[in-house]
Amino acid sequence: MRLSQGAPGARVLAFGGYQPAEVVTNHDLAARIDTNDEWIQSRVGIKERRVAGPQESEIDLAVQAGGKALAASGLSADDIDLVIVATCTLEAQIPNAAGRVAHRLGIEAPGAFDVNAACAGFCYGLSAASDAIRAGSATNVLVVGSEKLSQWVDWDDRATAVIFADGAGAAVVGPSEVPRVGPVAWGSAGDKAEAITIKDRRSFLQQEGQTVFRWATTALHPVALLACERAGVDPAELGAFVPHQANLRIVEAIARKLGADQAVIARDIVLSGNTSAASIPLALSRMIERGEVASGDLALLLGFGAGLTYASQVIEIP
Amino acid sequence: MALTEQEILAGLGKIINEITGIPAAEVSPEKSFVDDLDIDSLSMVEIAVAAQDEFGVEIPDDQLKHLKTVKDVINFIQA
Repeated sequence: MRLSQGAPGARVLAFGGYQPAEVVTNHDLAARIDTNDEWIQSRVGIKERRVAGPQESEIDLAVQAGGKALAASGLSADDIDLVIVATCTLEAQIPNAAGRVAHRLGIEAPGAFDVNAACAGFCYGLSAASDAIRAGSATNVLVVGSEKLSQWVDWDDRATAVIFADGAGAAVVGPSEVPRVGPVAWGSAGDKAEAITIKDRRSFLQQEGQTVFRWATTALHPVALLACERAGVDPAELGAFVPHQANLRIVEAIARKLGADQAVIARDIVLSGNTSAASIPLALSRMIERGEVASGDLALLLGFGAGLTYASQVIEIP
Repeated sequence: MALTEQEILAGLGKIINEITGIPAAEVSPEKSFVDDLDIDSLSMVEIAVAAQDEFGVEIPDDQLKHLKTVKDVINFIQA
């Protein structure tokens, strides 16, 4: 038996993001449920979010974001040999998303699998992509985070309706002579599995807000710092900190504990809501578009969510 | 050695001021967190975590909802 030869490292070649057109403001929600703009902004930091209509599926969102990332990477569909879709909100479990997304993008016969690590899914998928490239099991990988949370949220439940939203983000990952995707620091807390659930196919997403908030603001900064340590990066060198956009108060609480004084902190949640596995690549694609981060900057990613699951790594901005 | 009510109150006043910006002098035992101090459920979690660091007493989330006033928290920490 032989082993395949991989590349010395992996790098992100490009990001792409996509959001549905319909904007739902806090005022729109206040017209339907007992809430208001001030309450929502003070609790979760969200002003508005995007929601896909019945004509647009989580697969459609993924295809849009994946297509943008692919176009920006300079590669063609033929160059991609593995597609990973991170999602936890598929309308139906079979078939998976990755095969359909690949087909729609004209990527022929790639390896194709989905990752369900909820809001940590993109970081899990990115780690799997990097490892596949280094092991020689793939050359170029498309990693997509795509969520249509609106179809799993009870729009009459003010505890969740104000938080969750739809969107997709993607990255094309390829080989590199030097490492530009750092080692992952990941893990899970299955003892807290009940904190975020969809109980069965007829149920909506439910969350124990205080439990998740306490966990996120106390247990995760050590994971992010471990990812820095494993990559040999001092937090003071970071150009950006891009955590999952769960809640602006969680984002800022974790950011305060990192010592990443030079880093731009992703605050895409304000206009995008919590889009689960899509939030990190969506935020990054926006930050790159707006010039908030430059090519070569080091960005610390930190995904965390239902499971409970978490994963973090340092990457170099393409 | 058990802390006195005054010592706990002083510590809580400092914690609440750091987390919410409410002057420590306004944090008196009879005040309700929600009705008098306008502190939300997430800030209560932050206060509970900081109180654990300060006093070494864990206040779990399922207990937190029963602690309505500053005095309730003092009693919990002293118990």
